[in-house]
Amino acid sequence: MQNAIALLDCNNFYASCERVFDASVKRKPIVVLSNNDGCVIARSQEAKEIGVTMGAPLFKVESLLTDHDAEIFSSNYALYGDMSSRVMNLLHNFTPKVEIYSIDEAFLNLEPRKHSLDNLAHSIREKMYQWTGIPVSIGIAETKVLAKIANRRAKREELREKGVLNLYRSPQTEPILKDTLIQDVWGIGYRSSLKLKANNILTAWQLRETDNRFIRRLLTVVGARIALELRGIKCLPLEQSSMKKHSITCSRSFGQIITNYGLIKEATLYFLTRACEKMRHHNLAANAVTVFISTDRFRPVPAPYSPSATYSSTYPTDSNQELQEWTLSTLERIYNKDYEYRKAGIILSGLVPNEQLTKRMFDDERFQQQHKVMKAIDEINRKFGKDTVRFGSVKIEGRWKMKQTRKSQSYTTNWNELLIVR
Amino acid sequence: MQEIRSFVNGRVFPVTPIEPTLIPFVLSQVSAGFPSPADDYIESEIDLNKELIRHPAATFCVRAAGDSMIDAGIKPNATLIVDRMIETKSGDIVIARIGDEMCVKELFIDDEGKIFLVPKNVNYKPIIIDENMDFEIWGKVICSINKH
Repeated sequence: MQNAIALLDCNNFYASCERVFDASVKRKPIVVLSNNDGCVIARSQEAKEIGVTMGAPLFKVESLLTDHDAEIFSSNYALYGDMSSRVMNLLHNFTPKVEIYSIDEAFLNLEPRKHSLDNLAHSIREKMYQWTGIPVSIGIAETKVLAKIANRRAKREELREKGVLNLYRSPQTEPILKDTLIQDVWGIGYRSSLKLKANNILTAWQLRETDNRFIRRLLTVVGARIALELRGIKCLPLEQSSMKKHSITCSRSFGQIITNYGLIKEATLYFLTRACEKMRHHNLAANAVTVFISTDRFRPVPAPYSPSATYSSTYPTDSNQELQEWTLSTLERIYNKDYEYRKAGIILSGLVPNEQLTKRMFDDERFQQQHKVMKAIDEINRKFGKDTVRFGSVKIEGRWKMKQTRKSQSYTTNWNELLIVR
Repeated sequence: MQEIRSFVNGRVFPVTPIEPTLIPFVLSQVSAGFPSPADDYIESEIDLNKELIRHPAATFCVRAAGDSMIDAGIKPNATLIVDRMIETKSGDIVIARIGDEMCVKELFIDDEGKIFLVPKNVNYKPIIIDENMDFEIWGKVICSINKH
């Protein structure tokens, strides 16, 4: 008997994270806003029901939210990230084969021989809530693509209470696939869906029933795989090591428009510092740094301008000092004083494990020394807080700081912000 | 950690990665003479995390306010370590949610199954939980840290 695939998805994840610690919003509609408090990026079930749409700008829905006594949160990524890793970690209590697919979704490989799949799914759901406070939905089927469809269904109103839909060897599969539109099939992009529609393939069931050679011609092998998965044939294996990082990005929109080079430099170096910390935390070093800046997407002044450039080096490094030199020389190349900027960011790429750093032909001693200094600085900052020790050129978050006026506490990552109980 | 995977008919056979094993480092050099008598007593360092926390992914720290649990040794401002993976039973100190409030109290369940949240301070009265209350047990307090 082949193994079953389950897709576990945390319900309204960001909103649910807020609810774990803030009892006063247990029953209220909740929305979470994007960086700079611009748009709605997450909604609780209640917020969906009163008609708040995904991506809606805050000013458009603010009065609706106030009318329904809703709670508005700035995004608190420290909290969501920590809660996500707890959920993912705990999944290993049920099966060793877990693929973390996104911050709030994971594929699990389950063995139908060992357990009743329904009982197992219900127990996972119940325990996850008990252990973390996060409600989850689970869809089960023979393949990833089918599990994704089952999961979507499990979230529908009629099944929400139960939160589980098991389509593994189920006669329900056919009617559900007939009721699933082609554009809602995981792995079928916008362009592919247009091609399929042009050929009168409108539902998941029709895709499943179409001759595979035809699909292959139309959508290449990628599309053919999806069709096979719909038939219950596994083509997309579980990727358990997907956590390997290929690049690290740190970018943000500014709280206000900036033209001044000094401020842009400050912001960019601040992002670099954050990205470097993350990189060294994963014991990596970078070969290249990409710098990008951008005018306001909605109100570009005087015109849209979003240049980027990359500095790459033969020798990978994990030293801020060196990366700062690379970053600044790159930033100088792309900065143009005639524009008003709204966003900047950096990407560290060409990542390699830092214990394998190549010995340098020149100046190796200086580099090894910097490597040690960086380690010490990270250690101090971990112990005594962000930016206790920093480079003189890097200012603490300044005028370009994000607007985050409604952020909840970092309940799980900061001693000074723990949940208070009476 | 290395992971070797092979693809056969689109299936994946993960090979369990080998966990690094820490081998205690023996300090005295091997010599022809007498071995150091301390070598028989190699122990790892004392680690508070290991000692106090059994389920790191399901363990949270919260802070106590007020003196309602003073007789259970929980002073105002104490840090409470809460394990949500341990099943709670009558007599445990728990974090509970009643409506909009999060509180720390002793859980008491009588013979008829009636639930009480009992403060550990004579100046406070127990809270009786009736069926209509919006009530939830959040987790079990496994340890409290008072700073001196």
